[in-house]
Amino acid sequence: MTQDVVITGIGPVTALGIGIDPLWKALEDGRTGIRRLEAFDATAWGCPFAGELPADEFSIRKIVPKHYRKATKVMCRDVELAVAAAQAATADAGLTTAGAGEGDITIPPHRMGCHIGAGLICADVNELAAALVTSQRDGAFDLHHWGREGIENLTPLWLLKYLPNMLACHVTIVHDCQGPSNTVTCWESSATLSLAESMRVIQRGAADACLTGGVESRLNVLATWRQECAGRIVTATTEDDPATLVRPFEPDAAGTVLGEGGGILVLESRDHAQARGAEIKAVISGMACTQSIDDNVLTAASAEAIGEAISLALSQADLEAVDLDAVVPMGLGITAIDTGEQGGIEAALGDHAAAIPKVLVTPATGNCCAGHGATQLAVAVQCIASQRLPGAAADLSHVLVITASQGGQNTATILSRGIAS
Amino acid sequence: MSCRVVVTGAGWITPMGHDIDSVWAKLVAGETSVAAIDRFDATTFPTNFANQVRDYDWTQYVDDPSRHAAPGMHTAFALGAARQAWEASGLGDLDSLDRRRCGIYLGSGEGVLDFDSYQKTSLSAWSDGSVDDAAWLEAARDHIAGAYEIAQEPNEPLTHIAREFGLRGPAFNCLTACAASTQAIGEACDILTRGDADVMLSGGTHTMLHVLGITGFNRLTALSTRTDDPTHASRPFSRTRDGFVMGEGSGVITLETLKHAEARGANILAEVTGYGSSADAYRITDLHPEGRGPAAAMLAALSQAGIDPRGEGPDGRPGVQYISAHGTSTQENDSIETAAVKRVFGDNAPRIPMTSIKSMMGHLICAAGAVELITCLLIMKNGVIPPTINLADPDPELDLDYVPNVSREADVDVCLSNSFGFGGQNDTVVARRFDT
Repeated sequence: MTQDVVITGIGPVTALGIGIDPLWKALEDGRTGIRRLEAFDATAWGCPFAGELPADEFSIRKIVPKHYRKATKVMCRDVELAVAAAQAATADAGLTTAGAGEGDITIPPHRMGCHIGAGLICADVNELAAALVTSQRDGAFDLHHWGREGIENLTPLWLLKYLPNMLACHVTIVHDCQGPSNTVTCWESSATLSLAESMRVIQRGAADACLTGGVESRLNVLATWRQECAGRIVTATTEDDPATLVRPFEPDAAGTVLGEGGGILVLESRDHAQARGAEIKAVISGMACTQSIDDNVLTAASAEAIGEAISLALSQADLEAVDLDAVVPMGLGITAIDTGEQGGIEAALGDHAAAIPKVLVTPATGNCCAGHGATQLAVAVQCIASQRLPGAAADLSHVLVITASQGGQNTATILSRGIAS
Repeated sequence: MSCRVVVTGAGWITPMGHDIDSVWAKLVAGETSVAAIDRFDATTFPTNFANQVRDYDWTQYVDDPSRHAAPGMHTAFALGAARQAWEASGLGDLDSLDRRRCGIYLGSGEGVLDFDSYQKTSLSAWSDGSVDDAAWLEAARDHIAGAYEIAQEPNEPLTHIAREFGLRGPAFNCLTACAASTQAIGEACDILTRGDADVMLSGGTHTMLHVLGITGFNRLTALSTRTDDPTHASRPFSRTRDGFVMGEGSGVITLETLKHAEARGANILAEVTGYGSSADAYRITDLHPEGRGPAAAMLAALSQAGIDPRGEGPDGRPGVQYISAHGTSTQENDSIETAAVKRVFGDNAPRIPMTSIKSMMGHLICAAGAVELITCLLIMKNGVIPPTINLADPDPELDLDYVPNVSREADVDVCLSNSFGFGGQNDTVVARRFDT
C-alpha cells in the first residue's frame, strides 16, 4: 500500500454506553448490555430483550454544539447515535474539527471525509400512525383523504429524518467535514466497507482524515418484525438470562439479539497523524472484501467467500496466518452464519484457526446491524492499544476483524500495532 | 488515474423504455414519459403524475427466475439493467474470466414498504393516542408479509446481481440519495484503479414512486405540483420551475481496467477519467448558496482528469464539451448548479452545452446519475445532444447553454456528469471518448 492509514480515535456507541470505556469494561468483566427492551413493549414478541442504550444515559441535546440543537428535531435515533459516536471518536483522537471541539482546529474542512454506514431506517411508527389515523373514515384508511389533507399532519421535514445518508450529513455539518462523504448500506458489513472506502480516499489523496464507521438502531416494531421474519432472532421469554442469550459458535446457539449503535473511528494518513503528534492506536495493514453468491444469504454465510477475504487481507498485509494474534469475528449466534465464519477462518488460517483467540462482542451488545462492524473494529483497536484481550494481558501485533452481512457482503480487516510501518 | 478504467457495457430500465436504443431515440426526439400515476391511487395528492416504468418483466433478464423469488422492485429494475450491461460487455462469453476479480458497486435505494399492509397493521393497533405494540405484532402477523419486507433492503439488488452473474469480488452498495449511483461509479473506478478488481458492474436502481415516497417529497415541497399540465411540469432552468418530477428505474455499466479490456479485445465505449466527491456540510435542508460542495466535486473530478476548466484545448475548445446537469427543476438546485458551473468553468461556462434529461425522464433518484452517465456515453458516440425540454420561459438569471427544446448535433469528446444528494453529498464523474 502506498500510504499507511492509521486509526487514532475510536467512538463506539452501544447498549453499554458511549465511548470505548464502558464497552471495554463490560467485556473485561464479562457483563452484557442486553436487557429488557424499552423502546417498545416487546413482552408479547419472540424476544423481549435487546442491546438498547438506556434512555437516561443519553441526551442528544447535550452532545451537539449549542447552535445545532434545533436540528436535533429532525434526527432519528440512528442519526442521534451517529452524532454521539462522532463526538466520542474525535474526542478520543484529540482532533478538533472546524465544526466542533475545543482549541485550535487540527484539520481544514476540505481535507476531512466522512463515511458512515447505515441501514434501512424505519419511520417512527407512532409519529406516522398519528398522521395516518386522521385519514381513517368508517374504520378504514381513506387514501383520497390522505392525499388531500391527511399528509399535512406529517411534519414537512418528515422524509429527511429517515434517509440513511442523514447520518453522514448531520455529522459532516456538526464537524464541518467537506471532503468525500458516502453512506454504505450493506448490513453488518457497512462499517468495515466504510473503512475500506475511507482508506481508499486517504490513499488517493482526497482527504487526510476521515470519520468512518456505521450506526444503526433497528429497535422499533417494523425493523424487529423484519428480523423475526428473517429467522435471525433468538426466541426468549422474560424469564431468560440476557447474559446467555447470544452464544456464538456454541453448539446450542439459537439466534441473535438486536442491538443498537455501532461506532465511528478516526482514520488518518500516517503522515497527518504524526504531524499533529497523535497517538497511533492501530494501523490498517490489510482490508479485503468478497461477495457470497449462494442462494441463502439471509441466514447463512459462505465459508469459501469469507476465507477468500481473509486470505486476500493477509496477502495485502504481507502476513502469514500464524502472525495473527486474535480475531474479532461477527459471531452473531446464528448457527449457519457462525459456521460460515468458522469455516472461513479455518480455510484461511489452517491449523492456526484452533489456536487463535476469539474476542466476542455480540453477546454484550447484540447485533448492531450496520453499526456492528464498527463496534468490532473499536474493540480490536482497543485490544491492540491496550495489549489486552478481555480478561487478560496479551502480546498483540495483528488482529483480524471479520464481517459477513445479511446479503452476503464479507469483509476481512487486519489491524496492526502502531509501531509497524 | 494511474491505471485507466473504461466502460465496456451499459444497460438501463427507464420510464422511457427498457433498452439503450429505443430510449436514446426518444431522448433525441425530446419526448417525455410523464403520465398520471397508476401505481396507486394518487388522484388527490398534490402531485399525481410521474414517470413510471411500465410493462416491464424482470424474469426475461435472468437465467433462472426461481433464484430471485419475489425481488423488490429496485432489484427487478437492476437485474434488467445489469443483464444488458453484462451482455453488451461480452464478459459472459469469456471462459477465462476470474469472477473473484469481478465486483459490484451499486448506488441502490431502498425498496418499497407495503403501505397498505403497514397502514392496516398500524391503524388496527392504534389505541388512545399511540400504537399498542402487542396489538401491532398480532396485526403484523395477519397483514405484513415478512419475505416481502426483507426483500426491500437496499443491498438486495447487489446481492441478486452477484448471484445472477456469479460475481464474487468487492461488493458495495451506497445510498447517498440523488448522488448515489454517480458516487458508486466513481468509487468502482477507484477500486479498479487500485487493482482490487478487474471488472466492476456499477450504477444504481431506485423507485420512490409509492404512497410514502410521494407523501414525503410533497411535504418537502420538492415535487412539481403542476397537475394541470404534467407534460410540461419538469422544466429545468425555466423561470417557472416548481419542483422535480418523480422517475424510477435503473442504470448499470460494466467498468473494466483498460488492461483487462484490451487483453480480451473488448469493445470500449468510453474512458472514465475523473471523479470527485464532496460534502456541503452546510444545512440539512438547503444547499450552500454559492454551491461550495458541487464546485468542489467538479474541481476534484476535473483535476483527476487533468483538465483545466478555464483553459482551452489545441482545437480552441473548452476541455469539457458537454455537462450532464443534476438539473432537477427545483428553484434552488438549478440556480445553485448554474452558479457552481460558472464558478468552476469561468468564461468557458456559457460555451459548454449543459442539459438535464430529467426534463424528459424525471428524477430517478439513486439511479439518476448512472442513467445520465450512460446518456453521456451515447452523446459522445452519436454526436447528438438531447435537449432540455420545456424550456419555453427561460429564467433570466440562468444564462448558460441548456440546449433548449431541440436536440443538437455536436462533436463531444469529454463529458462531465453531476449528481447532488439531499443532505449535501455531491459527486461528479468525467468521461471521455476512448482513444488508444
